[in-house]
Amino acid sequence: MKPTLRRVFLASLLRRRLATALSLLAIALGVALGLAVQLIHAAALDEFGRGVRLLSGSADLQLVGPREGFDEAIYPLLAGRPEVADASPLLEVEARLPGREDTLTVLGVDIFRIAAVQPALLPRAEVGADVGAGRSLLALEPDRLFLSEAARDALSTPAVDSDGRPLPPALAEGRLALQSGVRSHRLRVAGSLPGSSAALAVMDIGAAQQLFGRIGVLSRVDLALREGVTPQAAIAALSPLLPPGVSLREPEAAATEVGTLSRAYRVNLTMLAAIALLTGGFLVFSTQLLSVARRRREFALLRALGLERGELMRGLLAEGAAVGLGGGLGGVVLGHLLAGAAFRLVGADLGAGFFDGLSPQLSFDPVLAAAYLLLGVAAGVAGTWLPAREAARAAPAQALRAGASERSGLLQPRRRGPAALAAGGLAALACLLPPVYGIPLGGYAAVVLVLFAAVAALPALARALLPLLGRGRSALWRLAHARLSATPGQAVVAGAGVIASVALATAMSIMVSSFRVSVDDWLGQLLPADLYVRASSAAASGYLDAQAVARIAALDGVADIGTTRLVNLRLSDEEPVFSVLSRVVGGGWGLPLIAGSKEVPAGAALPPVWVSEAAADRHRLALGDRFELPIGGRMEGFVVAGIWRDYARQYGAAVLSAHDYVRLTGDTRINDVAVRVAPGHELSAVAERVRALFGPEHVRIALPGEIRAATLEIFDRTFLITYLMEAVAVVIGLFGIATTFAALSTTRQGEFGMLRHLGLTRGEIGRLIALEGAITAALGVVAGLLAGGAIGWVLIEVINRQSFHWSMDLAVPWRPLALFALTLVALAALVARLAGARAMRRSAVLAVKADW
Amino acid sequence: MLHIESLRKTLPGSPPRVLFDGLDLRVAAGECVAIVGESGSGKSTLLNCIAGLEPVDAGRIALGEARIDGRDDDALARLRRQHFGFVFQAFHILPHLSLLQNVALPLWLLGRADGEAAAAARAMLERVGLGARADDAPQQLSGGEMQRVAIARALVHRPALVLADEPTGNLDPGRAADVLDLLLGQVRENGAAGVLVTHSRIAARRADRVLELGVGGLRDITGLT
Ligand SMILES: Nc1ncnc2c1ncn2[C@@H]1O[C@H](COP(=O)(O)OP(=O)(O)OP(=O)(O)O)[C@@H](O)[C@H]1O
Ligand SMILES: [Mg+2]
Repeated sequence: MKPTLRRVFLASLLRRRLATALSLLAIALGVALGLAVQLIHAAALDEFGRGVRLLSGSADLQLVGPREGFDEAIYPLLAGRPEVADASPLLEVEARLPGREDTLTVLGVDIFRIAAVQPALLPRAEVGADVGAGRSLLALEPDRLFLSEAARDALSTPAVDSDGRPLPPALAEGRLALQSGVRSHRLRVAGSLPGSSAALAVMDIGAAQQLFGRIGVLSRVDLALREGVTPQAAIAALSPLLPPGVSLREPEAAATEVGTLSRAYRVNLTMLAAIALLTGGFLVFSTQLLSVARRRREFALLRALGLERGELMRGLLAEGAAVGLGGGLGGVVLGHLLAGAAFRLVGADLGAGFFDGLSPQLSFDPVLAAAYLLLGVAAGVAGTWLPAREAARAAPAQALRAGASERSGLLQPRRRGPAALAAGGLAALACLLPPVYGIPLGGYAAVVLVLFAAVAALPALARALLPLLGRGRSALWRLAHARLSATPGQAVVAGAGVIASVALATAMSIMVSSFRVSVDDWLGQLLPADLYVRASSAAASGYLDAQAVARIAALDGVADIGTTRLVNLRLSDEEPVFSVLSRVVGGGWGLPLIAGSKEVPAGAALPPVWVSEAAADRHRLALGDRFELPIGGRMEGFVVAGIWRDYARQYGAAVLSAHDYVRLTGDTRINDVAVRVAPGHELSAVAERVRALFGPEHVRIALPGEIRAATLEIFDRTFLITYLMEAVAVVIGLFGIATTFAALSTTRQGEFGMLRHLGLTRGEIGRLIALEGAITAALGVVAGLLAGGAIGWVLIEVINRQSFHWSMDLAVPWRPLALFALTLVALAALVARLAGARAMRRSAVLAVKADW
Repeated sequence: MLHIESLRKTLPGSPPRVLFDGLDLRVAAGECVAIVGESGSGKSTLLNCIAGLEPVDAGRIALGEARIDGRDDDALARLRRQHFGFVFQAFHILPHLSLLQNVALPLWLLGRADGEAAAAARAMLERVGLGARADDAPQQLSGGEMQRVAIARALVHRPALVLADEPTGNLDPGRAADVLDLLLGQVRENGAAGVLVTHSRIAARRADRVLELGVGGLRDITGLT
């Protein structure tokens, strides 16, 4: 077997280098994409987990709540409980650096408590004396701050402002300005944080509460439990004491929460990778099928000479495994390169990403690499299975007779019409399935089923469409037409790759275009004002207080203002992020409603709430339902007055009227002020007045047009990756055409030689091949467009609804699609002709010789 | 009809090997000649030279008024589709065309209308005795039947010259005799010239003349076998 394996089977791979190389590449791409997604995610989660462990130190439990924090009254209550050995309160603030895009994470800590629970946060005074355990009171001085080395490095480098103008380093002469509300505060750097590798600052918690206007508020309490108390027991005992919206969790759960939040995104990318791998396996299938057809007589001879059926089968499977192994190895290497490149790109893109404190490290995981390698081999073997079985079953005597190639029949697929119909029906049913753990498995199944149905329906489609094309008088047209009518199998083998790639590209472009049109529309409704004022992003320490808002309203040229307050609540461990927007509803301030109205039903017992689609989906809310939110330290009931479209917060959001919000919480801070400019006043003049009011470094002013342009730019950047993947898919689809026609040109040398004898010129043979390529691709494109339309619908109505909970209006990009389809057909003609070049090179004389 | 004068063909190599030199041949319309010779003597090569598929080193080949040697590839292709018919040892029937379409193929190449091509092809299939199976696919045919289809294809467009290289090489002797009789009969009936290469001297005897190919050219051996 050994020499046979080498000379007959593996050597055959080397003879058809193009087909082998393309199959190998396709498998490598699939393996690489899948592995890269896995590597990137594993590294990021790993790093996040490390950060969590570092920051939480030896804490057994953490008390967490809304982003804006919770009442500190709970702290002494917990600290005094018998289950708790030590408790350490924290206030975490994303402090804005005035006039800059960047923020700095500031942790307000109780210096006397952290030594026991979070030793990593222990500050060290500049002079070298240990500040912990009360030996120096330096740390308690209100204007002192301790910086970790990473933060000090970042703040000491020169930066640029939002317009790209250079700025001096934020940290100069040991002093640093931080913004609170619309004011700057200068702080002195008193020392370092030797235990912390992340970029952060630590200061006294009382000073931090004072500085950032958060008196009486904590954002976290870390607990060390007494010996013998399990975290579960403590959670059970302490939870009844907690106010709504605040809960206890183990520190490790933070990483799980992040994992949950990014799951939908991860699964989407993995699905794309899986489709690439599937296409790779399919390419192996089509090249092996054709190569086996071509070598039928060779195999018959070998069998006649005594090669066993099993040996033949094993030999062919070894060919497939070799391609899979090569592709798998290439894929594992390429996957690591891709992941590395992604880290570098994302790092460069975020610019100041150090404040996230994550610098993920790419590591080689032999088990993961081996698993993906095996996946590649499996794709190669699976692709070879059917052709190998077919070859092993053939009776040698038949294949050895003269005229065998005429008798052998053509690639005749079995009738798959019923299978196609069944797959289509199942796809429709799969769309009705609910998501599983937030993942639209039914939707993904529907996508695969639709693809399968399209491939299975291709022969029927060919039979239905080819007669419509008419015969024409040209001999080339008649030959191409007759060939494709008689061998629908060829159309399937060559066209299936085209179907898959066209379907994906069509579906994605329909989805992206619908999404973009809807987002644009949504922004138009959401941004009815002339300009918007904010002190920082809602997550950071800038805000506008009631007085600041009143001063804006009183400015010359301001006709009307609308305010928005954005806070994030923690509904439960499963729903760690939920946004509440408090704002003026009605009066022309936009809310893109899809159900209900902006009017408050008169005489209602409960205050109204307008929930986003995601909130309605996740909490199963309909108009008129009661919805409870942990707000102002209590559970408050609201009645759903409307449902609105929100593309910004996929975890759900609710709008409350500003009046109700202030009444329930007493919180009068504002994040955004929308300004309508009075007629006859210049926008830029009003903007200038607002800047002068607070100092230009303390406010950011945006025009709706700018916000819209910036949002759409981010949108386009996000979807760039999908365009790249579409391009890869199209290239793989063209590989299918190339390998099929390269293989066919060898099988059909006798035919082309005969035609040359009969008077076809070389150029006409080339045109014949190009024509066949074009018709094959056109059939694939038609099937692909139909399937792509269906998949696009599934993406919009099932997958997006279930993973991100947002709806969109269908917008089909007809013109780009038509252009894409025509280009693909032309490319396929070109590729087929290039791949078939061998058929034209070979001398007509040799080609008609009595076979081999 | 076919007129060859002092043809020379050498094979590339060092030193170049002369296959034949000073070869003369005339075949009249309605006449069939058989060419025999040892294996490797250059019979197939000679046919290829006549069809313009291989270059010659010296001499001239003319079909009627038309010179074969010295034309470019595409002109030769057009000449072949008009004036030549071929029968191959390995049949070369296209599996994806019906018998009727296989036979109509040369007419398609000449741009004939569908109906006309189909009628002519059907008539031709009748003549080779396969009229009833015109719409069948080639897969079911025996070797002898396939070669009959090939003969119909070679004659359907009424070429001036029919070239056949070992047309019975893949057939058993009984079939071979039938097919050969059919081929020669049809060529004569069309008034075409026929050149037939064969190994079998018994087969050769059915032709009007038998010529043996040697380095010096063709030697008439009619009646000597
Ligand atoms: N492309 C080629 N290059 C070099 N030599 C060739 C080529 N084709 C044929 N030959 C040589 O030319 C000689 C004549 O070949 P040809 O096929 O014409 O012989 P033949 O008389 O038809 O033989 P047979 O009866 O075996 O078919 C042979 O020696 C062959 O090896
Ligand atoms: Mg020969």
